[in-house]
Amino acid sequence: MISNRRRLFLWTVRGGMYLAAALTGILTLFLVGYVMAKGIPNITWQLISTKPSYLSGNIGILPDILNTLYVVIASLAIVLPLGVGAAVYLTEYASSKRLVGVIEYAAEALSGIPSIIYGLVGMLMFSNNFGTCLLSGALTLVIMNLPTIMRNTQESLKTVPQAYREGAFGLGAGKWRVVRTVVLPGCIDGVLTGCILSVGRILGESAALLFTAGFAHALNGFWDGLSSAGATLTVALYVYAKEQGEFGVAFAIAAILMVLSLLINLAAVLVTKYFQRRNAV
Amino acid sequence: MKSKTNLFETIVHGIFLVLGLITVGCVLLITIYLIISGIPAIREIGLLDFLFGDTWASTAAQPQYGILPFILTSIYGTAGAILLGVPVGFLTAMYLAKMAPKRAKSVMEQAVSLLAGIPSVVYGLVGMMVLVPGIRSLFHIPDGAGLLAAIVVLAVMILPSIIKMSITALEAVPKEYEDASLALGATPEETYFRVSAPAAKSGIAAAVVLGVGRAIGEAMAVMMVAGNAANMPDSLFQSVRFLTTAVASEMSYSSGLQRQALFSIALVLFLFIMLINAALNFFLKGEKKP
Amino acid sequence: MKRVLSAITALTLMLTLAACGSNGGTTADVSTTAGGTTAAAAPSENADLTGSVSTDGSTSMESVIGALGEAFTEANAKATFTYNPTGSSAGIQAVQEGRCDIGLSSRALKDEEKASGLTETVLAYDGIAMIVNPANTVEDLTVEQIAAIYTGEITNWSEVGGEDAEIVLIGREAGSGTRSGFEEITGTEDACKYRQELTSTGDVITAVAQNPGAIGYASLASVKDTVKALKVDGVTPSEETVKDGSYKIQRPFVLATKDGVELSETAQAFFDYITSGEANEIIVAAGVVPAN
Repeated sequence: MISNRRRLFLWTVRGGMYLAAALTGILTLFLVGYVMAKGIPNITWQLISTKPSYLSGNIGILPDILNTLYVVIASLAIVLPLGVGAAVYLTEYASSKRLVGVIEYAAEALSGIPSIIYGLVGMLMFSNNFGTCLLSGALTLVIMNLPTIMRNTQESLKTVPQAYREGAFGLGAGKWRVVRTVVLPGCIDGVLTGCILSVGRILGESAALLFTAGFAHALNGFWDGLSSAGATLTVALYVYAKEQGEFGVAFAIAAILMVLSLLINLAAVLVTKYFQRRNAV
Repeated sequence: MKSKTNLFETIVHGIFLVLGLITVGCVLLITIYLIISGIPAIREIGLLDFLFGDTWASTAAQPQYGILPFILTSIYGTAGAILLGVPVGFLTAMYLAKMAPKRAKSVMEQAVSLLAGIPSVVYGLVGMMVLVPGIRSLFHIPDGAGLLAAIVVLAVMILPSIIKMSITALEAVPKEYEDASLALGATPEETYFRVSAPAAKSGIAAAVVLGVGRAIGEAMAVMMVAGNAANMPDSLFQSVRFLTTAVASEMSYSSGLQRQALFSIALVLFLFIMLINAALNFFLKGEKKP
Repeated sequence: MKRVLSAITALTLMLTLAACGSNGGTTADVSTTAGGTTAAAAPSENADLTGSVSTDGSTSMESVIGALGEAFTEANAKATFTYNPTGSSAGIQAVQEGRCDIGLSSRALKDEEKASGLTETVLAYDGIAMIVNPANTVEDLTVEQIAAIYTGEITNWSEVGGEDAEIVLIGREAGSGTRSGFEEITGTEDACKYRQELTSTGDVITAVAQNPGAIGYASLASVKDTVKALKVDGVTPSEETVKDGSYKIQRPFVLATKDGVELSETAQAFFDYITSGEANEIIVAAGVVPAN
């Protein structure tokens, strides 16, 4: 038998949960729907395949798409060795527990710093030396994403069975050889997940890039692009919405970004599932 | 031969050590840069005048640099966002972790990740076009941009991280606890709220602290809905400026002492964040211990 | 394991190649557009200029200087043009320190700036439009009324002939060229009681378009039909009224150059091109009034 007080509790919490879940669901649905409804009608081939021109009044986001690609490639190229190396050090080499604690604490601190502070520090550290350019932006993003790559690699390194390492050592392999042939191949899933999450974060970043990479819309190749100022898609969204009041373009970019972020989430899920299945076999 | 291998291994070890220390180096570098660029203005203005001055007029003929309004706004705004966001986030997480059918759960989890992936500028845009006019007509006030609008936007923005972390914490609760409670005759709801939730409390506390960090550090979205006048936050509808938006809004045009003062604000914000990180670390450590 | 590794290597290689590919593709793109310039407003300089022109400063001048730069580089395909939107004061500082060829300012140079060895050349005039929500019935305000509104003496639209509704003051952030221009002309420096201080023209227009009681100011060139531009002292803001000075709230777009430092051949060619009247068509198309 359930007393009235217990019944009241039951219905309150059940109602609360349903209400909260419904609210979250409706909110998401509304936000996604609103952006899609305002954005998709404005996505045209013209928009994504041309560069903007002041003379003809054309608005095109091709340079911004390329800039985004450049920044993603440059950041990942730098952050991957750093983050994976740090993770390998922590799980394979480090012997001092205290040092591991300090490094992990630093990583946590890095992931908690808001992007506006990254923007300021990136401006002081990189833009003042290399100029306001995509490279400065990419370097800032490297610091931002270091903890993500490191932690995901670390997690998957922990799942590499200790017996593998011992087996390799037993066969007379040196430490580096064990790391290279046994440990590193085992952490690919973590590295991939880390990459995917980082790409997601880079795609959505505006504050850290605005002060470090500027917001020009010039059409450049990879190397020229890195050394000149440029806007990524999210920065372009910011500029079009705020400086120029072009909300159609802004929502079109927002819709594109949302689709990309959906794809990235799916990719992360698929990667995790794929490796789970493989590791299970 | 042997010593050659040893030398090689030592070098490799050294390289990995350096890579491992890079995160520490980055944190130190950021701290040093912020202190170096933040201290001069504080010294010139005076620490007390800077922290507790209630007027900010950076470009006036007699400039005043008091950031108390920004500090209070950041604290109130964050507290408001937590008050709104945490109950909704926690209850949603509870539903998803314990009660939801499997399919609903995976769809909702995807939706929540999608919410997390929306750039903050988009939150600002939607807030400006839907929320601000909505608040204006709902409360019959002349203008809807202000503290309340910022709180609502922040609450929505911290929702995904709170939900995700709470789910993780709730799912980590040992099944035996719940089985025992159910076997003793408790209803599922009672079990989840009276047994699982207390067992996951450090993880949930960490989720709340993470939300605080997100909320206090958000700039772009808040800048578009908070009104941005440097007022004391003495009403929910007051047009206010946060620590983050104070930096972001004047940075691009600033010069001289004004610019240095903006770096000092960033330093204050950084100290807040570091405190929050320390708290987060404390709670996470608490979770690891049984 | 090995297979996954090699797959990743291949992927990385492909990405690198793709980047290089797009590199080649885009350069080609640029040169084709440069070839197909419309001759109408193109500068008549010879096409052999190879140097670079760097400009730095006011964000309000983005559309006009961007258009001029684009026309210039289309005519001189080998020359490069850069514009760094940092704000008027930053641009003036940059030209003082020799970090750019031409500084861009959307306010007249201050006396101390001129004394420090800078020359100002007015490129164009820009009207600052007073904008209200289209639903507002007020059509015309005097400069005095505007000043009284922004300093908080007039707080209700009924006091200036509108409906009984509180006036919501929208303005720009401290340091903005538009804000200092507006406050200087209306004599309201440091006295404005802003309800919202927004960081861009687009934000001001959006905020005013969403609120029936709002008033704001924005560069005339960027005013859209989601808001209504008021007459000031009975004068409608337009190209003509800004040019003949009858529309009071206007500011100059200034090119700042350093005394005694000779511009490079390319920078000089650009400077001559934009100030000679040759490029007036482009300046007008960008929504401002040429000075020459």
